[in-house]
Amino acid sequence: MKKDLGTYATNTWCPGCGNFAILNAIKAALNSLADEGLPMENVVMVSGIGCSSKIVDYVNVNSVYSLHGRGIPTATGIKLAKPELKVISHAGDGDGYGEGLEHIVFAAKRNVDITAIIHDNRVYGLTTGQYTPTSPLGFKGRSTPFGTEELPINPLELMLASGATYIARGTSHGLDILKKIFKEAILHKGFAIVDVLQVCVTYYNMYEYYDKRVYELKDHDASDFNQAMAKIREWDYNSDSPIALGVFYKKEAPTFEDRMAPAGPKIKDRTDKIKEVLDESF
Amino acid sequence: MKDLSILIGGKAGFGIDKGSSMIASLLSRLGYRIYIYRDYPSLIRGGHTFTIIRASENKVAAHSDKVDVLLALNQDAINLHKARLKENALVIYDSDSVKSEGTGIALGKILKEENATEIARNTAIIGAFCKAVGIEWKILEDTVKKYIPKEADINLKVALRAYNEAKPALKIVALKQPLLPFFTGNESASLGLVKAGLDTYISYPMTPTSPMLHFLAAQAERFGIKVIHPESEISVMLMATGAAYCGEKVAVGSSGGGFCLMTEGLSFSAMAELPVVIVLGQRPGPSTGLPTYSCQTELHFALHAGQGEFARFMVAPGDAEECYYWAQVALNMSGKYQLPSIILTDKTLAEGTFSFDMNLAKPLPVQDPVLWDRKTPYKRYLNTDSGISPLALVPDKDATIKANSYEHDESGITTEDAALTKTMQDKRLRKGVHLAKELEEYETVKVYGNANSDTVILCWGSNKGVSVEVASKMGLKVVQPIVLEPFPLNRFKETLKGVKKLIAVENNATGQLASLINGLGLKVDAKILKYDGRPFSLEELEELLKGALR
Repeated sequence: MKKDLGTYATNTWCPGCGNFAILNAIKAALNSLADEGLPMENVVMVSGIGCSSKIVDYVNVNSVYSLHGRGIPTATGIKLAKPELKVISHAGDGDGYGEGLEHIVFAAKRNVDITAIIHDNRVYGLTTGQYTPTSPLGFKGRSTPFGTEELPINPLELMLASGATYIARGTSHGLDILKKIFKEAILHKGFAIVDVLQVCVTYYNMYEYYDKRVYELKDHDASDFNQAMAKIREWDYNSDSPIALGVFYKKEAPTFEDRMAPAGPKIKDRTDKIKEVLDESF
Repeated sequence: MKDLSILIGGKAGFGIDKGSSMIASLLSRLGYRIYIYRDYPSLIRGGHTFTIIRASENKVAAHSDKVDVLLALNQDAINLHKARLKENALVIYDSDSVKSEGTGIALGKILKEENATEIARNTAIIGAFCKAVGIEWKILEDTVKKYIPKEADINLKVALRAYNEAKPALKIVALKQPLLPFFTGNESASLGLVKAGLDTYISYPMTPTSPMLHFLAAQAERFGIKVIHPESEISVMLMATGAAYCGEKVAVGSSGGGFCLMTEGLSFSAMAELPVVIVLGQRPGPSTGLPTYSCQTELHFALHAGQGEFARFMVAPGDAEECYYWAQVALNMSGKYQLPSIILTDKTLAEGTFSFDMNLAKPLPVQDPVLWDRKTPYKRYLNTDSGISPLALVPDKDATIKANSYEHDESGITTEDAALTKTMQDKRLRKGVHLAKELEEYETVKVYGNANSDTVILCWGSNKGVSVEVASKMGLKVVQPIVLEPFPLNRFKETLKGVKKLIAVENNATGQLASLINGLGLKVDAKILKYDGRPFSLEELEELLKGALR
């Protein structure tokens, strides 16, 4: 039986917001995982701050509504404390690639077993329309009324270079791909990043633009770093080239929490241990 | 002699730090109580580094300007410190590189002939020192083996040559009292956290608190704890909240600059009720300031850091035993009341070494948090009389556990409702009221010296040692508030009954505790302030107090 996984929180996204697709896809992915035996209490959703991050209020699972840019370190702390948990971190592109850039690079570098879902609408929504790290050159936002003077970053290229072991892209107009990728990303052991070209209907409506250009990756060897890099570089978040969706890269590698396992067994009463240290101090 | 000071000085890289620990160990084995003051520049090799090791029959926690023994490994050690020499002081120096009066030992020659490296210089001069003050070779041998196990042989060779060349000069007598181990403030605070059940320590290196990171990382296996060094202090604080969400007991450590980066996480810790203990080792600012020196400048910063209004526990221990004891209290209180705690230390306390008497630092029972009774549906932020919401720990099949940095309802769902906003703010602040009440059972303010004196020295943190010793000599009373938030006003007022003159002694330029006290409606009559990065010496404080009392 499918659980609704909803909460009583009033949804405050704009009608037509691309976040609804992510919400539906993550609920579907979690339900599917529950069917396969994943206890829902083992799931923790973490978010930063922004429209995207409201998602934790809308899903009836454990969650930490953290700070802008700081979902990843919060998620890392959770995973290190309880490695048996499935930790999913949601953030927008300003949150994940701007304010929190250092953290996502380090999460990839460490290959910590968490899933980062970036709601990449390439605009700040909740702060009412400013450019983000993935906005194209010349983007006219409220802080750049005459257009930006900087190129966007290609976040997936950065993630591949940083050591992420699962890299994928979806859009809010492709629910089936999203469901599949989310589920796979959550099951992947290691740092998984899913960049979702989600659309902000109010400040940067790109539905038509994406619909014309997206295609699903076929005959792509996701285990091949060079192929992955080539496909990731096909679209640089600035030009008008075709935009690939699907899994660019997937690799098995040791995770941070495996390497970080506590050095010794948990000891409740440390009185004797402290006495040892005292005795050794002479 | 039953109270003496030994200064050892040389270039950074000569092993001054280890050398001073070896001297402290030798003297501890003779029954002395020791205190080490460390003075070193922010560089890896070169510069001038010195430490003053004080050994006394009674517990001490302050350095003296006058030294009985000077061990000079370079010319600077003579030139910069000869004014500190007492009459008839013993000077031992490396005659190959230093010109001085006293006992010259050709250390360079010994090192060369024994094919030893530069760093063995410290062991060599300690060899000469032992002979000069009548410490038996066997004691030195044991100490060298303990401190330099890998290169014990070569170090013992050079030490023995210097030992044989030196002449007896003064006699340090062995004392008949129990021997005490010695620890730095950093180590003591670490042990306190461990005792109280610490699960994880997270820190980014920053003087003067990095030694906690090193100590706990080295001891992680023994204690069964995790020690993590993340990419920044921002990450440190946020990882800590993640661990706290899982019910772990977690602490972080830094200095002022790193604490600046932790403040958004501090406020989050308070709002989401994810308890984190922060060890804040003060060093002089503003900004990068004097990285390896000392001050007491973050009292107001730490009291008010973080956006919004929230309850916090803040404590400023004054010596090793207090670091051990109050670190336990901090972890306990943070866990029980689900709020952030700050342990304020400073470089003098954190990196100073003290004889450690467990009898003075009673171990407290490990406290577990209040847990959900499973009788009613789980609400992470259940509004209770005490403000403490019972915890369910993830994963729990019967509970959805939602933590939130936004204002939230009892279930942890975001709200902007006016009435609920007030209710939840009141709930969180109420924890501070109950915390203050519980703290009435603790010795949050300490009194030393002449209880009948109507002149009171008001001190906090590392100034305890110097204030107590000088006050005892001058017949004055000392009051040391240890808990600074929630401020123990009643107990503090009690200690000041009948006082005619209240003199604040602080290592800052503005008198931060004095202004806190004045803000509470009590009058501080005089301030003795030192803000050159160095702690007060005994002689210096005595002189300044005499001036203030004139």
